[in-house]
Amino acid sequence: MNTVTPSQYLPESSSDTTRMTRHFRAEKFDFWSFFFSGLTGLATLFILGILATILLNIIVNGWNGLSWHFVSTIPKKDFFDIHTTGVLPMIVGTAFRVIVMTIFVIPVGVITAIYLTEYAANTSVITRIIRAAVNNLAGVPSIVFGLFGLGFFINFVGKNMDKLLHNASAVWGQPALIWASLTLAVMTLPVVIVATEESLKAIPPGLREASLALGATKLETILKIVLPQALPGIMTGGILAVSRAAGEVAPILFTGVAYYMASLPSHLSDQFMDLGYHVFVLSTQSPNIEQTRPILYATVLVLLMLTFALNIVAILIRARVRKKLRALQ
Amino acid sequence: MAEIVLSKIEPQNTSTAPANAVPPFIEIEKVSLFYSASQALKNINLSLGEKIVTAFIGPSGCGKSTLLRCLNRMNDLIDNVRIDGSIKIGGHNIYAKDVDVIELRKRVGMVFQKSNPFPKSIYENVAYGLRLHGVTAKSDLDARIEESLRGAALWDEVKDRLHSSALGLSGGQQQRLCIARAIAIKPEVILMDEPASALDPIATARIEDLILDLKKEFTIVIVTHNMQQAARISDHTAFFYMGELIEFGATAKIFTNPSQKRTEDYVTGRFG
Repeated sequence: MNTVTPSQYLPESSSDTTRMTRHFRAEKFDFWSFFFSGLTGLATLFILGILATILLNIIVNGWNGLSWHFVSTIPKKDFFDIHTTGVLPMIVGTAFRVIVMTIFVIPVGVITAIYLTEYAANTSVITRIIRAAVNNLAGVPSIVFGLFGLGFFINFVGKNMDKLLHNASAVWGQPALIWASLTLAVMTLPVVIVATEESLKAIPPGLREASLALGATKLETILKIVLPQALPGIMTGGILAVSRAAGEVAPILFTGVAYYMASLPSHLSDQFMDLGYHVFVLSTQSPNIEQTRPILYATVLVLLMLTFALNIVAILIRARVRKKLRALQ
Repeated sequence: MAEIVLSKIEPQNTSTAPANAVPPFIEIEKVSLFYSASQALKNINLSLGEKIVTAFIGPSGCGKSTLLRCLNRMNDLIDNVRIDGSIKIGGHNIYAKDVDVIELRKRVGMVFQKSNPFPKSIYENVAYGLRLHGVTAKSDLDARIEESLRGAALWDEVKDRLHSSALGLSGGQQQRLCIARAIAIKPEVILMDEPASALDPIATARIEDLILDLKKEFTIVIVTHNMQQAARISDHTAFFYMGELIEFGATAKIFTNPSQKRTEDYVTGRFG
């Protein structure tokens, strides 16, 4: 290495005194900069601390209750006994409702976002109304979605389906997995719409122009150029929706969840048991709180693990899509 | 890069024949364009010849790109644009009600300022337009893609990596790929919006070489900020200022003996 020192650049005539004046001043201790970097660091630590406390508490207390028997057993109606109880129907029910919700919310959310970004004029009244509606939808309390699901899906859609298809005997006009899933889909719609819109907006306009200038229609451009690029962003929206929906209880209270079912749900019109709701049941309905506590902790742990697993699956799929796209970049 | 012969990029047209000596292929008549309330083009009348290079020059915001984008109706994509007058290409008014914009854009291709290859392979970039227009058989695609890449002087550089990403190419190669993509669907006209403005001098020279080659088959309209480039590659030059066409004529005349003071000031670099 041939190091070049600054002095080599200076003209030979420059004396030592002029060189001295070119030194930078020594850095001063900046109290406010120190203070604020410390403050932001502490705030972050505080949040991490809360998360760690919750997780550790659940894992430490719930770990012993976990067993293959626990996660693979359909319990008897008296599910407060640690030795005979299990959570298989709740795992199946929660997973089932989240998957059905995803199947509904992704297409509707993505199509809405495509309309808003690609078709609707940004300044039109309709676009503004839709955007305002989406934002307000995100702020509605989840119990209100539950009541909406009961009123609209069960009492209106379901009852009318029964009138038309089943001679008014109650098949669809009662709480069911499909109505719980649809209610959750309505609730998570804003998440998917916003995430999709963001990813669509991030695609360079030049790509759309290039496609249109080659004689592609708008639809061809969206399907072949825009959507493949936006896929990872859309999936992020899906992941957020799954995370939000997996733990929600209020929207499914009146629309599909059951206190107890002797068998697993097998049809969209079945009711189902649910991990989140089961946690509520265990903590409020137990005849012996001390005896139920280990079951409660284990159930919460299973709920966390299930949410985590659903997320991991979605994240892995997204990683694959990203990798495919990145291979081309 | 050694094969670039300098003489090739010297002024092409030294004759002073007026523009209308070539039979007009694109006829722009009384075209005015408004963005909401502001007028971007003011009553433009211009006839462009077939299979020659016409350059649009002028300072930023003079309307030259806007007029270029009228020729394949890319301005349709912008809200609140109103266009008056008529533009005929090959005798047909492209703003007539029964004109299929898709068909128009197939016949009038475009190369943009910023090279914009799709994030797909080199092969798929060229295949995209072909597939849109019904070329689907593998053997046809292969043949047309090779032909287009050769036409864009890119074949030798990419023939061994047709299936790797187009985004791995250099800026100049990407722009030539965009040209290959445009000529693959065999348009009659190619519009170029400052195609070399983001490229280094060597890549620019190759694009200019290519343009001179392409004019044997295509009618080329190019917008450029680079005076030397307009002088080197174009046969006719139109000078725009503030949405108006100031002067139009043979390139040699515009650059050596313009009839308007403003043209002279601009081409000699006194403003703009």
